[in-house]
Amino acid sequence: MGDHHHGPAKGLTRWLFTTNHKDIGTMYLWFSFAMFILGGSFAMIIRAELFQPGLQLVEPAFFNQMTTLHGLIMVFGAIMPSFVGLANWMIPMMIGAPDMALPRMNNWSFWILPPAFLMLASTLFMEGGAPAFGWTFYAPLSTTYAPPSVTFFIFAIHVLGVSSIMGSINIIATVMNMRAPGMTYMKMPLFVWTWLITAFLLVAVMPVLAGAVTMMLMDIHFGTSFFSAAGGGDPVLFQHVFWFFGHPEVYIIILPAFGVVSQIIPTFSRKPLFGYASMVYATAAIAFLSFVVWAHHMYTVGMPVAGELFFMYATMLIAVPTGVKVFNWVTTMWRGALSFETPMMFSLGFLILFTIGGFTGLMLSIAPADFQYHDTYFVVAHFHYVMVAGAVFSMTGAVYYWLPKWCGRMYNESMGQVHFWVSFIGFNITFFPQHFVGLAGMPRRIPDYALQFADFNMMSSIGAFIYGASQILFLYNVIATIVAGEKVSDEKTWDGAEGLEWTLPTPAPYHTFEVPPMIEAEPAH
Amino acid sequence: MMRINANPTMDTAIKLLAVAVAMFAFVFVVMVPLYNVLCDVLGINGKTDGTAYTAVSTVVDESRTITVQFIAQNNDEMPWRFKPQVTMMKVHPGAANDTTFFAANPTSDDMVAQAIPSISPARAAEYFHKTECFCFNQQPLDGNADTAMPLQFIIDQDLPKDIQTITLSYTLFDVTEMVRDAVASR
Repeated sequence: MGDHHHGPAKGLTRWLFTTNHKDIGTMYLWFSFAMFILGGSFAMIIRAELFQPGLQLVEPAFFNQMTTLHGLIMVFGAIMPSFVGLANWMIPMMIGAPDMALPRMNNWSFWILPPAFLMLASTLFMEGGAPAFGWTFYAPLSTTYAPPSVTFFIFAIHVLGVSSIMGSINIIATVMNMRAPGMTYMKMPLFVWTWLITAFLLVAVMPVLAGAVTMMLMDIHFGTSFFSAAGGGDPVLFQHVFWFFGHPEVYIIILPAFGVVSQIIPTFSRKPLFGYASMVYATAAIAFLSFVVWAHHMYTVGMPVAGELFFMYATMLIAVPTGVKVFNWVTTMWRGALSFETPMMFSLGFLILFTIGGFTGLMLSIAPADFQYHDTYFVVAHFHYVMVAGAVFSMTGAVYYWLPKWCGRMYNESMGQVHFWVSFIGFNITFFPQHFVGLAGMPRRIPDYALQFADFNMMSSIGAFIYGASQILFLYNVIATIVAGEKVSDEKTWDGAEGLEWTLPTPAPYHTFEVPPMIEAEPAH
Repeated sequence: MMRINANPTMDTAIKLLAVAVAMFAFVFVVMVPLYNVLCDVLGINGKTDGTAYTAVSTVVDESRTITVQFIAQNNDEMPWRFKPQVTMMKVHPGAANDTTFFAANPTSDDMVAQAIPSISPARAAEYFHKTECFCFNQQPLDGNADTAMPLQFIIDQDLPKDIQTITLSYTLFDVTEMVRDAVASR
């Protein structure tokens, strides 16, 4: 041993037993991309069935399994692990730490994920089929009327919940205890800040999700009646518990994306981030408000007027800190020396499309109007603007932004630009028409629809195939970069980049910051 | 903040683990009971009190007449015939009223049912007092038998003035399996 600069172990056991944050980050990123492709292929089946009215390709029961698994896999398998992977790679390098605080737990929190999703996907081949009750799994659909495979679904949720909680504890412990000397909280890069707050949200609400599925399990197998009216329970209780988890969950998904964009936009504007402190406070405000708005998902459930008003105003209040963030990103670019490399393009795409998704969210927050929009394609359009154009675009930008630092090779810029434009156009062809069919009354989660929605649905499906195909281009570009990309060795891949990760050699060595760096007096963000 | 472990990293991790465990307990210890209490107190969801009303009514308000409508329906796959004796009554607040629901089990199996009430508008739920109701208990019925099930209620004098019609809906659930499982596990 002795030599501190030893490289990784060889062979498969390197990946099985690794405690290195970069290895674990890499595994998270590849795993989440695999889940992105799997969840995406389910979306392709959905859009293929909806290409024309009538039933052409799949049975309605299978269609419902597809919408359910698409949602579950994208939320829990693709988006969340991808940002955990990014956190693993970047947080130690951004705060000058040698590794994550709890490296062995880090290994475990990754390695329990693949079995959980294997189990979830295997329900497709079970008797009665996979869960078909939507990713929100409302009782009694998910209890009384659920297929037998629901028990495997519940166990999978428990396992991935444990994984998320362990990952979050690790991130908080790292950020709170392992910052380089002189790296005060208000000098941390914004990505670290948004992840710190996200991790607190995860620790608070993943146990609530575990509680919800535990109650389902008890109702199904142990004769309790939490959600069964016949035994004195209430199905509406499920919705309250689920959305008490579910609303913070949407910020768990989007806050790290905010962090990524807050790193990329200053780099390509060649200016420091505008309003750093207000960004931190806005993130904290959004996280706090996320706990008191859950019932805006349930306006039509029969709440008292006072309840509807409270949740309506509290929800609208979230537009204020979110507006602060959008303002700061735009102002960062104002009079900057802008350039438009692929990461910047994805960040700009994020900025425009996320803002559209935010506005439709504001429309949905208005309780009396929501009675019309509820459970229509308008909602589908809204959350895909924030989930795909928000989280996925930002994540894609992050991969292009840090890939040269990770592997010491430059991606193909032209192919990156093509990927961006095909994604951007494909995404909008897919989801923009869904606003219109939603407002016209097309319900979500149906395999067939009325004839007047046919044209917009065909557009939507064509857009989805374009968007889906563009991800193959992304995969090719990343693999081509790793295998045969043009070698780069500058510490700063991007001339405008700031932060500790850009003081490291390129590609980033297996072990970094074994000696903590000196933090200068000026802020590091 | 108090140190639990000398190692600062372990200290943070243990505290966070405690938070996670506490949040899991929070669902069962706080959220579920709180939801039920709030629904009872505020009459949200049109839930009526699950126990008999015992307070004595003093004054009958003859100046107001409230229309009470009765709806009886079966939860899915519940084969019983279930209907109210009358579909509508005109009553005065403060007065005690009687009516009956009929149920018949057309199958040859012994079954147990549970009726779940719901009041519309939900605001009226806390003013609708039942002194006797078949919904307080599970209703066992032999195969091919029928029964008359009594309901006694008083409308509170404090019922908001703008409410003139109250609809009381009963949904009949088949709880035969649930009862059998509970007996079996005993």
